[in-house]
Amino acid sequence: MCKSTTDAQQPILKMRGICKAYPGVQALGGVDLDLSSGEILGLVGENGAGKSTLMKVLSGATYPDAGQIFLHQRPCELESPRRARDSGIAIIHQEMSLIPTLRVWENMFLASRGWVRRAEEVEETRKLVGLLGVDIDPHKLCRDLSVAEQQVVEIAAALQIDAQVLILDEPTTALSAREAERLQKLLGKLKQDGMAIIYISHRLEEILEWTDRVQVLRDGCTEDMFHTSQIERADLIRSMVGEDLVGEFPPRSRSKEQVLLSVSGLGRGNDVRSVCFDVKAGEIVGITGLVGSGRSELLRLLCGADVATEGTMMIDGTALRPRSPREALEQGVCMLPEDRKADGLFLERSVRENFAVPNLHRFSRFGLIREAAESAAFRRYASQMKLASDRVESRAVTLSGGNQQKLLFARWLCRECQVILLDEPTRGIDVAARYEIYQLVRMLTDEGKAVVMVSSDLSEVMGMANRILVMRHGTIAAEFENQSSLSQRQIMDVAFGNESS
Amino acid sequence: MNRVGQAVKKFLIEYSMLLVLLGLCLFFSIATLDTQIPTGSRGAEQLLPRMREITHSGGTILVVAKSSPEDREFTSFIKEESGFSDAQVLFLDGDSPRVVRAELERRASDGSVASAIVGTRSVSHWSLLLDRGEKYPPWADVPLIFPRKATSSNFLTPGNLKNVAGQSAVIAIIAIGMTLVIITGGIDLSVGSLVALSAVTAAMAMRDFFGGTDADWSGICAAVGVAVCLAALVGTLSGAMITWFGMPPFIVTLATMSIARGLAQILAEGQSVYQVPESFSWLAVGKPLGVPNEVVVMLVLYGAAHLMMTKTTLGRWFYAVGSNREAARLSGVPVALVLMIAYVASGALAGVGGVLEASRLKSGSPLYGVMLELDVITAVVVGGTSLAGGEGKIFGTLCGALAIAVIRNGMNLMNIESYTQGVVMGALILLAVFVDSLKKGQFVALVRRISARP
Repeated sequence: MCKSTTDAQQPILKMRGICKAYPGVQALGGVDLDLSSGEILGLVGENGAGKSTLMKVLSGATYPDAGQIFLHQRPCELESPRRARDSGIAIIHQEMSLIPTLRVWENMFLASRGWVRRAEEVEETRKLVGLLGVDIDPHKLCRDLSVAEQQVVEIAAALQIDAQVLILDEPTTALSAREAERLQKLLGKLKQDGMAIIYISHRLEEILEWTDRVQVLRDGCTEDMFHTSQIERADLIRSMVGEDLVGEFPPRSRSKEQVLLSVSGLGRGNDVRSVCFDVKAGEIVGITGLVGSGRSELLRLLCGADVATEGTMMIDGTALRPRSPREALEQGVCMLPEDRKADGLFLERSVRENFAVPNLHRFSRFGLIREAAESAAFRRYASQMKLASDRVESRAVTLSGGNQQKLLFARWLCRECQVILLDEPTRGIDVAARYEIYQLVRMLTDEGKAVVMVSSDLSEVMGMANRILVMRHGTIAAEFENQSSLSQRQIMDVAFGNESS
Repeated sequence: MNRVGQAVKKFLIEYSMLLVLLGLCLFFSIATLDTQIPTGSRGAEQLLPRMREITHSGGTILVVAKSSPEDREFTSFIKEESGFSDAQVLFLDGDSPRVVRAELERRASDGSVASAIVGTRSVSHWSLLLDRGEKYPPWADVPLIFPRKATSSNFLTPGNLKNVAGQSAVIAIIAIGMTLVIITGGIDLSVGSLVALSAVTAAMAMRDFFGGTDADWSGICAAVGVAVCLAALVGTLSGAMITWFGMPPFIVTLATMSIARGLAQILAEGQSVYQVPESFSWLAVGKPLGVPNEVVVMLVLYGAAHLMMTKTTLGRWFYAVGSNREAARLSGVPVALVLMIAYVASGALAGVGGVLEASRLKSGSPLYGVMLELDVITAVVVGGTSLAGGEGKIFGTLCGALAIAVIRNGMNLMNIESYTQGVVMGALILLAVFVDSLKKGQFVALVRRISARP
């Protein structure tokens, strides 16, 4: 441990002039970063601003084209993830990187060499996890842990290698509000013990509450550097986007009287139980609730991804209980999945193909595709989506998160579905693209479509929805008309049930 | 300039396999260069223009050859290709010098000497011909025409190239089905066994139900139909287990591979079945269009498959299912149907391959196609299809199958023994995968990283 008095002034980590180019894009154009021990640095920026690339460089996952990294004032080469770990840099990814089939203590000591010293390692695990104020049995399999517990194990693993720099990439996306609060306390504790922490998040509230300093990246360069205590949310947004957003949400439209989707008594096992609600044309119904309350499962029943065991749904007056997504699509129900990459996109195929897959019957005659019609349709919807259409033939994986989501919107818009189900439509999407997506959703309702939007982001639900349904334990616990008198507190009370009131 | 560079780069990436194929052909054309006096049909080919000149100016030709296979090839080539009439060309083939002497003597005496004597390399040293003027003065001024020394490539001859196409046909046809299966993210190990099952079934159907060696065309067609349908049925079985029960393709087709081979053995009682009509071999080796029928079948199937994969809804579905099955399902793609089609097509095409194999060898044996699935998978992978699914081109598979055949053929011409050939084939697979990783830029990243190191 090198805790000299100069540490307070001398940053423990210095990055100077880091550059990294990928084919067709300069991801980083000379970024500097300083980090002292006992400090939490917030790193924000739109998608594609270079945050992830910078962290990849720091964790040894990619090698920069130019620039230098100093640890403890000494230049060092982070040429592999192993090297970065050995130098005391630990990263906790958005996706958990524990091995689900191994036990907690095995995961903690995965990178250690030589013989397994089981008793010692179990004891050490228990001690480190205990230090973090959590009680996890070291013998549990990691797949049996909750997301929050897995995160704690990863942090404990970082302590185990004596990490002095801890990077957290969007750690709260999969956490409930309560778990996030606990993580905040934990980070505060680590900070007091002298850990240097880099915190990446799209949730500006967390950045403003949790961090000491904020560094804003834009287009691969450092745009601004703030002391968190001296700024407000609007400053951050302006700095990230480069302009003032008109308002965070576009104005709400009025719904029509015609009921497009009517769900009664829909259920499947214990995940979803006798759910009833109506959605009118031109209306947005927001569904919120804790993770695991059955929100996504409900959407999967509606779009036919899973088959309901009870209840019925009516689409524009036609009764339907879809047994496959294909049947649901034929009746005009489509879904934008929560996990775009796993359930939405064909990552290695071209943008055009991704757009066309569910719409092929519109461009083809006797199974033969008319490519002119396909290209014309793509151009039309791409321009409507403000999707850069010069990337038609590039693979979908090369698009940014926001553009990928727009691509999926274009796909379903072309399909002309009546009922559109959105599962976390802005998850992992930056502020500017987020606004565009809100506008798209508004456009859909203006055209008289019915939208069901599941979201964990309460301000998003309250900004967009006409009505809000709160789910708990697989059923709808409450329904609110979205009026100005409604507060987030009311919704959370229902979501958590009795325990929080 | 940059745009041209981009276009060239794109072309190279898209058609890298074609370039590799052309490179291989060039290599073997040079490596098999040989200077010698050509024999057989190549000798005849060399002499044909001179012979045409002579007959055009009204002359007659005496062709002298021995009875060795090479010399017979020489004379039959002239007979088939030249279109000379009997009056223009007299063949003294397969005869001893005694008969030739008698002919020369007879013609010398009645004054009907020919305008030229054409002979093969093996008769070029006969003193009877070289010293003809001494014994039969009228023949003294008649020119002797023999093949001369020439440098040519053993690889790059029309005959050999047709050979290569024929050798690759069966593998290439089966590789179409394999490409479909691999693009959907699966694998089909049963194709080699299905070749045997289909060959045995076709031969036995002809023997037992359609009159054996006297079977007519309708019988042959029916037997072929039965064989292909049976192979498709086994493919259906694999597909059903993979799609409905979610069993892993590797294991399912490993099982059907064993089942199909066993069925072929049981049906044929472990023997080869030879009782097929002569005309059955026309299916594979007949040349109504100038090239063997199996090559025609191969090209037609490739045309159809290419069209399907690039221009039809079904083709898009194959890529979608292989790229992301869940996303495809949520997009309304009938995933089970697509997977089913892939395995049925793979089975049926293996059946076609088996029929062609039986036709070429005029028999059906349960030992056909042992380890053939590995050759087929090699062709598909060398052709640039990703084993992870979602990526690949039918055209690439054709190039892959041809590349394998070219290498085999070229190495045979260079007299490289089969053990070495195994090593080279393995290296080829590694090379193909290396090119693939080159395309994905991993290699470039590695080089950059190494060179950036201080």
